[in-house]
Amino acid sequence: MRILLALLSGSLFGAGLFVSGMTDTTKVQGWLDVFGDWDPTLAFVMGGAILPMMVAWHLTRGRSPLAGGTFPALPKPEFDRRLIVGSVLFGVGWGLAGLCPGPAVASLSYGGTGGLVFMAAMLVGMGAAPTLAARLDRFESPA
Amino acid sequence: MHQDWIWGLVGGGLIGLAGAVYLLGNGRIMGASGIIGGLVDGTGRDTLWERLAFLAGVIVLPVLLTPLYAQQIATNITDNWLVIVVAGLLVGVGARIANGCTSGHGVCGISRFSLRGIVATVFYILAGGLAVALFRHVLGVI
Repeated sequence: MRILLALLSGSLFGAGLFVSGMTDTTKVQGWLDVFGDWDPTLAFVMGGAILPMMVAWHLTRGRSPLAGGTFPALPKPEFDRRLIVGSVLFGVGWGLAGLCPGPAVASLSYGGTGGLVFMAAMLVGMGAAPTLAARLDRFESPA
Repeated sequence: MHQDWIWGLVGGGLIGLAGAVYLLGNGRIMGASGIIGGLVDGTGRDTLWERLAFLAGVIVLPVLLTPLYAQQIATNITDNWLVIVVAGLLVGVGARIANGCTSGHGVCGISRFSLRGIVATVFYILAGGLAVALFRHVLGVI
């Protein structure tokens, strides 16, 4: 059941990334390029995705997940160094290549060697993240 | 193309529906970097198969949809290998340190008015915008 629902969700996600044009790096960089030929498509994708999710969050109230268990405990609204530094690093990479993790996976079948190299580098980065995050925490704590 | 925004809205709706199924069905937040990252660092070992099933769907649906398109589908990624490798490393490291990317913080976070999601989204869009401004318009690398 959990596996089938995950497959359904992944299929919808892959189809959405594909038809929205978000696996085209020029559209993503076009959205970020406010000093150039600005492309508003990404805003429509975000808006289109946020609306059904707002309904979904509303429906979680007083219910349990279909496949059992409980809904995830939500983190406290704390803005630590990890959130800010991580988001800035992510944003710079996102701007440089025009790819983020979802579209990188969705475009694997047609992204060519460049897509595969990006994916490999991304996996290495993800592997290194726990160590770097721990170092960031140490840096934060007073000596 | 002038109808790009319509496809953006349709595709966005599908992405939101995907997040709704993952949340209401499996009780989990649909974040691409979290789903992949948990496989890389081993924290997602007990949910291995649902992570793999999700990723299989993400990879296969574009394969099925590609033949329906008359025009060539391409990512148009840069051919500068150094840029690709540096960008990949930054995206991987940054998303995991921040505990989320465009899908987790952006779509799932903003839709529940999560301050962390909103702050993360503001910072990665600003950083991405500055990166494009610097590396495209000042340095001319991308």
